[in-house]
Amino acid sequence: MKERGELFKNGAIQLLLALNAVIMVYPLFVMVISSFKTNAEIFSSPFALPASFSLANAERVWNETNFVRYLANSVGITTAAVALILLFSTMAAYALARYRFRLSALVLMFFLSGMTVPLKLAIIPLFIQLDSLGLVDSYLGLVLVYVAMGIPSAVFIMTGFLRTLPRELEESARMDGASELRIMRSIMLPLARPALVIVAIQNAVPIWNDFFFPLVLITSDNLKTLPQGLTVFVGEFTTDWGVLFTGLTLAALPITLLYVVLSKQFISGITQGAVK
Amino acid sequence: MTSGRRRTTRPFPWRRSLWIAFLLAPALVVMMLFVLWPLLSAFRFAFYEFNGLRPSGFIGLENFRQVLFEKPFSDWTYNALKHNIIAFLALMVFENGTAFLIAFALLKALPGHRVHQVIVFLPVVLSAVIVGFLWKLFLHPLFGLVNQALALVGIGAIPWLGNESTALGSILFANIWHWLGFPTLVLLAGMQRISKDVIEAARLDGAGDYVLMTKIVWPLIAPSVTIVTILTFIGSFNWFEIPYVMAGLTGSPGGATDVLGLYFYRTAFGSTTTGIQDFGQGSALAVMMFIIVAGVTAIALRYLRRREIEL
Repeated sequence: MKERGELFKNGAIQLLLALNAVIMVYPLFVMVISSFKTNAEIFSSPFALPASFSLANAERVWNETNFVRYLANSVGITTAAVALILLFSTMAAYALARYRFRLSALVLMFFLSGMTVPLKLAIIPLFIQLDSLGLVDSYLGLVLVYVAMGIPSAVFIMTGFLRTLPRELEESARMDGASELRIMRSIMLPLARPALVIVAIQNAVPIWNDFFFPLVLITSDNLKTLPQGLTVFVGEFTTDWGVLFTGLTLAALPITLLYVVLSKQFISGITQGAVK
Repeated sequence: MTSGRRRTTRPFPWRRSLWIAFLLAPALVVMMLFVLWPLLSAFRFAFYEFNGLRPSGFIGLENFRQVLFEKPFSDWTYNALKHNIIAFLALMVFENGTAFLIAFALLKALPGHRVHQVIVFLPVVLSAVIVGFLWKLFLHPLFGLVNQALALVGIGAIPWLGNESTALGSILFANIWHWLGFPTLVLLAGMQRISKDVIEAARLDGAGDYVLMTKIVWPLIAPSVTIVTILTFIGSFNWFEIPYVMAGLTGSPGGATDVLGLYFYRTAFGSTTTGIQDFGQGSALAVMMFIIVAGVTAIALRYLRRREIEL
């Protein structure tokens, strides 16, 4: 009797979860199928599958817009920013985690307090600062802002992780006469790879998706990032829904594919900090 | 530890110091140039009058007076602030409430629960620009998916983003769809840390799902609730992308979707319509937003931490 009640309840829960899954996925499904449709098809039969899997819209995106350029800019900027975040914060975290020196607690505090600063609110002085360095409307300016934004939490995570590595490893290498640089590069850092992956994803996703900083700092069309480029694109093709859905689908595609392959790392990277 | 210290400090102390300085320098320089200095300047600039990009004179609290007490600025400020508060409350109830229920359902680990976690988190990895435009198309009065679906059941077209009464709710809906997976998985992780013994014991005492949810799970995930509440608050007061994409820079229609983030951006970098740019007023707004977020977060943290202990 109780068994059956339990079965019924689980069935109801599954039904609600399925409904939720549909609400989450169906809009994306419609986005993808609409990218193959003509305008007339989208307006007259929005729920139907496309009459044919025509790539006409994709061709127009490729030929008539700067989409590929935006995509390449986003890839370049995200890669450069994440690489510098990993490099700088691992170096700093290594110093903080593996050596004892005066002021180390203070330096760590300085980095940690950076985690609480919403850099968006400092955009005015940041803009003036970059302007005086001649870095407004340049890749470098945008990358440096992202690096500054990423360093605090990256230092926090890396310091925590590097501290857990056993001291005996570096002691014995030091006895054998290995240099400090060699100990760091050949012995300690390879062990830190899992933490590096988390830090990389945690930073790459918001940088890839960011819209605010490019909006303020980038004005040349050739330097625009993908989210920023989408706003240009939507302005140009307001009435051409087939092309709009194609643009949105293509913009969503790279990160969605990566997410499907690495969903576990994505989830732990993004919720890192909120889950302890 | 001490042996390592002695070995590295004794022969070449300056070499070791130099090595440590080399490791710390790049990160410290970037932080000072692009976080510390701008942040200190942000506070300073709020007290200055601006001539284009340059501060031209100290004017005390004048910028604050304008945005808080001088019409039309003050009207815009309070209108935007009101929408930020509404957004926070709505997200707490609808986004985090739904997330809690889904997390509790996923805690049962029924078949498919892992796939569901991946699905519910999928929109979180997409850019707010993509999500905003997608829902703007779906909410189009004539050809949008939502009204086309409603037409099938005989409900007439509703201009979701064009009505003052539905616009804010519509962009909040898009925002919830975008972010739902985040609180869901944070709360689920909190629930999964509850010891199996506790749940088992409650079950043996005859606790049903409802009792389990309200009397065991809810109090024991208090730390996760604290984090989700604070992140929701910070998110609501920095809200910018989705309103910008779905309702435009001026928070159309008629300011019904204006939020502080948009108002701040318009003030500092000029709206498309007026072209006026005021870094002084903008800095005052930024400082106020910073104080609201930091202040409320600090107070809420104390209150919520106390609540964690009591529960």
